[in-house]
Amino acid sequence: MTLTLARTLDCKGLSCPMPIVKTAQALRQLAPGDLIEVLATDPGSIKDFAAWSKMTGNELVEAGQDGVVFRFLLKKKG
Amino acid sequence: MPARIVVLGGGVGGTLAANLLQKELGREATVTVVDGTGMHIYQPGFLYVALDQANALWLARDERTLLRKGVELVIEHATKIDPTRQTVELARGGTLPYDYLVLATGSRLDRDAIPGYGDTHDFYSFEGALRLREELRRFKGGRILVGVAGIPYKCPPAPVEFVLMLEEYLRRRGIRENSSVTLLSPLNRAFTIESASKLVQPIFDKQRIGLSTFFNVESVNTAKHTVSSLEGETAEYDLLVLVPPHRGAAVIETSGLGDEGGWVPADRNTLQHKSFERILALGDATDLPISKSGSTAHFEAPVVASRIASFVRGTAPKTAYGGRVMCFLETGGGRATSLRFDYTHPPIPPKPSRLWHWAKWAFNRAYWVTVPQGRIG
Repeated sequence: MTLTLARTLDCKGLSCPMPIVKTAQALRQLAPGDLIEVLATDPGSIKDFAAWSKMTGNELVEAGQDGVVFRFLLKKKG
Repeated sequence: MPARIVVLGGGVGGTLAANLLQKELGREATVTVVDGTGMHIYQPGFLYVALDQANALWLARDERTLLRKGVELVIEHATKIDPTRQTVELARGGTLPYDYLVLATGSRLDRDAIPGYGDTHDFYSFEGALRLREELRRFKGGRILVGVAGIPYKCPPAPVEFVLMLEEYLRRRGIRENSSVTLLSPLNRAFTIESASKLVQPIFDKQRIGLSTFFNVESVNTAKHTVSSLEGETAEYDLLVLVPPHRGAAVIETSGLGDEGGWVPADRNTLQHKSFERILALGDATDLPISKSGSTAHFEAPVVASRIASFVRGTAPKTAYGGRVMCFLETGGGRATSLRFDYTHPPIPPKPSRLWHWAKWAFNRAYWVTVPQGRIG
């Protein structure tokens, strides 16, 4: 099965909990198994996305950092 | 010819900016405040009114009484701003030309953004606080859910303060034992700011206040008494209290001066509109990633006033906004803590104490004769 990146969500400059809320909203429109990439600059988002993924069951496939930008790759639970 | 300065909005930010501008510039400028109601509302008081701790009368004053003599007040709704012609259109057909415009238009509640919102209670408006007070007076016990129906919203600590004070209210009324209180939090903790969250969590545990994490309200069913989240959960309630969704003012949206939420794109330090340098914004109206609160507007107003005064005189601006915010957080039991922070320094809240509770009360009481006039900064 190939995974396709369904959407990239730019949450740079937004403070918490905006990135989480925007991601939750965006995931609503995706199909199970779709990947979404989230870019954020809020340092709190690292912990928040890990906890959010654990609670909601949407898998956090990847969490990385490029300079001041944090990048999260999430897979909608299917 | 004196510079024409128009201030849209007679809340804390607009009133203070107008007074400071008039004081600083005197005859070098005409300062006009445009406000749709002509009434100044002290919104932090809603919380106390809803919980029957204060009379609603002290929350409203005539805006005229708060403005310096030299400031003109136009009690009318501004309907459109033309940033190229530099004019503001008024609801009854008049037009005000400006050289500098201050957008202190605040935020408005957009209950329709949540499907099924109906007559869900809130403490974010005068009417809402009074209606909730009546509902609570009649309340005989049951499941109470308190949540946030949209982000950003004014005064981020308010839902936490509300549940802590509500718990105390229920105990005083003798109906705590047959009631449950649960906060629906957008995050995995009680409050966005982690240090404050850590301080509040033990109080939640001690007072048996529930916390439902990652519950971002998506819809309400008032007939079935249920509320559902974006995360896919549904909870039942007997009494639901929500912070309604917020948007920027209608005049910002109809004039095409805001982003998708109606918030004004402003420079985080100069507070100037990102596309129109003669327009400055403050308080709730901006898109800045800081608290929407009276405190923010209070600290931004002197920056806006000082920068406009520099433009009028052709001198270099002396001040910039560093993201300063200060607020009190009631933790119940007659105790409170305080949060002081800016763009680069997160808050380190002190242990809740009676001192901060009284400081908050003293501030509430002294507000009318200090803040709008610029007596405390």
